[in-house]
This record gives sequence, C-alpha cells and structure tokens, in this order.
Amino acid sequence: MASQVGQIGAAPGVGLDTRRADPAAKTAEPHAGKSRLGDRIAFGVLVLFAILWFVPLAWAVATALKPEAETTDIPVRWIASTVTLDAFQAVLSAGNLPRWYFNSALTSLAITVITVLLASLAAFGLSRTRFRGHNLVFGLILAGIMVPGQILIVPLFTEMQFFRMVDTYWGIILPQVASPVAVFIFKQFFDGIPRDLEEAATLDGASRLRVYWQIWMPLARSAIAAVAIFTFVGAWNNFLWPFIVITNPDMMTLPVGLSQVQTAYGIRYAQIMASAVLGGLPLLVVFLFFQRQIVQGIAGTGIKG
Amino acid sequence: MATRATAPAVTGTRGQTPGRTAPVRRAGQGQTASWRSSLAGVGFVIPFLVAYGLFLVWPVIQGFRMSLFNWSLTGSGTTDFLGLGNYREAWADPNFWSSLWHTVLFTLLSTPPLVILSLILALLANRVIPARWLFRLAFFAPYLLPVSVVTLIWGWLYQPGFGLINGYLTRAGLDEVGWLSDANVAMISIVITTVWWTIGFNFVLYLAGLQEISPDIYEAAALDGATGLEQVRSITLPLLARTTTLILVLQVLASLKVFDQIFLLTNGGPNFSTRPIIQYVYEQGFTTYRVGFASAISYIFFLLIIVISLGQFALLGRRRERANG
Repeated sequence: MASQVGQIGAAPGVGLDTRRADPAAKTAEPHAGKSRLGDRIAFGVLVLFAILWFVPLAWAVATALKPEAETTDIPVRWIASTVTLDAFQAVLSAGNLPRWYFNSALTSLAITVITVLLASLAAFGLSRTRFRGHNLVFGLILAGIMVPGQILIVPLFTEMQFFRMVDTYWGIILPQVASPVAVFIFKQFFDGIPRDLEEAATLDGASRLRVYWQIWMPLARSAIAAVAIFTFVGAWNNFLWPFIVITNPDMMTLPVGLSQVQTAYGIRYAQIMASAVLGGLPLLVVFLFFQRQIVQGIAGTGIKG
Repeated sequence: MATRATAPAVTGTRGQTPGRTAPVRRAGQGQTASWRSSLAGVGFVIPFLVAYGLFLVWPVIQGFRMSLFNWSLTGSGTTDFLGLGNYREAWADPNFWSSLWHTVLFTLLSTPPLVILSLILALLANRVIPARWLFRLAFFAPYLLPVSVVTLIWGWLYQPGFGLINGYLTRAGLDEVGWLSDANVAMISIVITTVWWTIGFNFVLYLAGLQEISPDIYEAAALDGATGLEQVRSITLPLLARTTTLILVLQVLASLKVFDQIFLLTNGGPNFSTRPIIQYVYEQGFTTYRVGFASAISYIFFLLIIVISLGQFALLGRRRERANG
C-alpha cells in the first residue's frame, strides 16, 4: 500500500503543479494543423459532459429559488412564477444549519491541526533519528493504511462509551486524528531534504524540538498544505463516524444533520434543496479560490474513501 | 502479512536518503549522544503512537475479540465465548451473503465507468486548451460535496412524477422509471449518482498523468504520420498504464467500502436489494446490538479487503518491474 501512495505523491501531484501550461500548449501543436475538426469534436463532447455534470447542481439551486407550492409542478419547469429566497430564509432561521456549520468547522479544524502536528512530529522522528525498533514502528504505521475505517465503527463506539465521549466533540475528533497516510507523506518530504540546515542548528545547541519547529516546519509548508487540505476535506465530509457517535441534533456535523432534513422538513422540496445548496457551498467557495492547491492536496496524496 | 507488504517501501525510502548520518554522528559524538538522540526520536513518535494505538490498533484488536464472543452493545456485556460461532453463523446467513454480493455488484458496476469515463474525459480535456480549468471545476466540484448533499439532490432528481429526470422522460413520451423504488434499477441509480459524485478524483489523477508525458513523443509520432487516434492508442494509453493500474486499485478499494450514498438514497432497499455489507454491519451492531456478530462480519470483510489489496499490489509490483526492465 505504502508504495502506491508514494507513487502518487511523487509523480502526478508534482506534474500537475509545475508543468501545467507549457507542455500542454506544445502537445496541441502536432495535431493542430491536422485535425482541427478533432479538436472541435473533443471540445463539443466535453461541453456536453460538463453540462450533464452541471445540471444536478443547477436544478438544486433552481428548486431552492421557487415558492414551495410550485416545486412539484408537472410538467417540470426551471423557473417558477416568482423567484424567491424564502426557502433559504426559512432554513437559516428555523433549522439547525448554523449550528451544524459551527460543529463541522470546529471539529474539522481540530482534526486538521492535531493530525498535522502528530503526523509531522512522528515523521520527523522517523526521518531524522534512529532508534531501536525504528523500522518496526514505521512498518506498523504503514500497515494501518490498509485498515478500512468502516470495520472499526463497532469497537470504536464501545471505546467512546468507555471514555464517555459519545455525543461530544472529542468523540468526533479523536478517532480521526491518527492518520498513517499523513505520516507517510511527511516522512517522504523530510527524507528528501538535505541535512545541512539541521546540522548547523544542532551544532548551535538548539534543541531538537526547536529544530523541528523553527526549521523543518517552515520548510515543510507544501507538505503541510497537502496534508491539511485532504484531512480537512475528509473530516468536513465524513459521514459514517459522526453519524455513529452523535445522536443529539445540536452536536451533529453538517453531513449528519443534512441527512436528517428529509424527514424533518417532510416534502418541502424548496427548503430541502436550499439546505443542500447551503451545505455544499462552503467547500465549493473555498475551491473556487484555491482550485490548484485543493486538487493537488487531494489527488497528489491519492486518498479515497 | 502486513509487514511483508510494506517492506519494499521502507527500503525504498531509505534508499532515497543518502545523507542519513546517524552512524556518522554516533562515531563522532560517542555513546551518550546516540542514546540521547535515540530517546528524542522515540519522543517525537510517541504522541502519534498513543493516538494510533488508542484509535486504530486497539479497536482492531478489540473488534477481533468481540467477534469471538456473544457480545451485546447493551448492558455490561453477556460475554459468552463462542469461538468461531459468529463466523459460522455469518457463513450460514443468507443476508450476509446477499449484502456482500451487493457490495461486490456495486464495485463491478461502478469501477468500469469511473475508470474508463474519467480516462476519456481527461484525454479530451488534455486535448482542448481553452477553458480547461472550467472542465476541471465542473468534474471535480461534486467530489467536494458532503454525501448527504449529493443524496438530497439526487433523491430529488430521481423523484417519481415531478422529479426532473422522470419529468423529462414523460415529456418525451416515455414511461417513468422507478429509479429508487424498482429493485432492478436502484443499484444502477446509485452507481450513476456515485459516478457523478466521485469521477473528478480519477479525472484529475489522469490529467496529472497525461501532463507527465513529454510532448516530444507526440511530435515524433506526428512526423511519422500517426493520426490523433493512433497516437492515443500507441503512445498515450501505454504510457498511462501505471496511472491506470493505480486508479483501478484505489477505485476497487473505495467501491468495496461503499455505504454512505446507498444508506442515504435507498437505505439498502427496496426490500434490501441494495444493502451493502457495511450497512449490514451497522444494522447488526447498532440496531440489534449484536456487536459480536457485527464484528465477525466486519472481519470477514476485512479479510476480503486484505486479500484483494495484496493481489493488486502484486499486480502493481509486476507492472513496475516490467516498466523498469
């Protein structure tokens, strides 16, 4: 498993970053003269698929902007007689949505910060010091990449009962902070850095912890960004674990809370779609601004599911 | 088993680090420094190991223990030792087999479109220069949506009568389809939703792989008179083989773990016809409280995942050797 993750981390992620515009332009050259028609067909097919991919989102927005009475009109219409924000207003004022935003933001941030700290410290230790059992520890951590989190829900839940963490923020956060993949990514990064800087600092008498914090962490900014992004997105969108450990609606994260609105709102489709739109919005807005970093952070590390 | 799988990676990363000076320092600074450096190393790793032990290693062990007992979630535990009793029960349980089959069926149905369609889209996008970022946005954006947003939207699209899809079907004079209520169609609908939701991930992996291919190769081929399609077949696809294997491995593993979107779209229905194995674990553990039995099912599934992973790594390793040799 380890080698796969490494491969992705090393190869396509980098390519995405550095060689984007230039080689692409050149690639087009050879067949530019020959098959203008081919290019046009390719473009047409792509546009078609892009529209297909866009329709569900557009339909959700269109529904959310309708008066409730017109959402179930037959035949279907995209634009209702009046465009209204009533559904958004209703969802934001009556529902638990703001609370779920807060819960998701708080727990995802905590998970991200703790994951980055624990994993970078461990990777630093594994990469820059040798100790007895070093390889055993690294092997044990890598083996964890193979364990699907889904099979742990039952024993993790009884463990949370034991710690009295059911229905608490810590109950959401703690089981998500030990990420073997994050250790692997940091270790790869640290392994690739020349030692000169560190040697100088160590000779100056700086403690190892200071070397880690003042020299290595600033150097590792790109690795931190990648780990932070995939950790945050994963935590923000995680459904199964928060669903298991939380039953109190006030403690629910966004994905869990939204999974309950269908029953809560009955068949008020404008409101259901308004909450879906609002629920998807935060990451999409962030994505618009940090497209490249997010694609790299997620694809570059090759994690899924 | 696990250690064997990871061993090459360990040597691999060490090989990339010529400057590992631990032995040098030991020689230079004597025994104390080495001992202290060793202690510091352990100190750095310990915080992670504590979390790892508590929230990964321990549940793995505890889950296996549970699977050997008649263990209930309620009460302080009726813990009669059953040995392999739970496993025998699972083996004889038709619900276990049917839900395992649904997971496998979902994997068989979702993997081909997620691998092939993402490849086609990436090939097209790599060819088209204008607005490539827009296509990346269109295909990747759904991947960032929480699963419940995805299932709310698609549940609405799939509605009978006034749902968008059925609305257009009837307008075109066709019959309505019971997207989520017809047992023969429900799994297909789930696959469609999944493809829409997650294809962006494979798409960007393929795009990245495509950009690693040197344009010079295409130029040479074009001089030799190879047409666009010939170039794709004889240059692009072979050079993408590694990316494809990788995507295939990740996709199969991801598909096997399916739960969220099925649970939220159909709740495993109609009439349990889409219930995946993870949902069966969830139901046994959290609605009938038979955590011992649920753990046994988990572990059979875990074993399946390990066997498939190891098989795939072997495949991947062979590919790489062939590529290097």
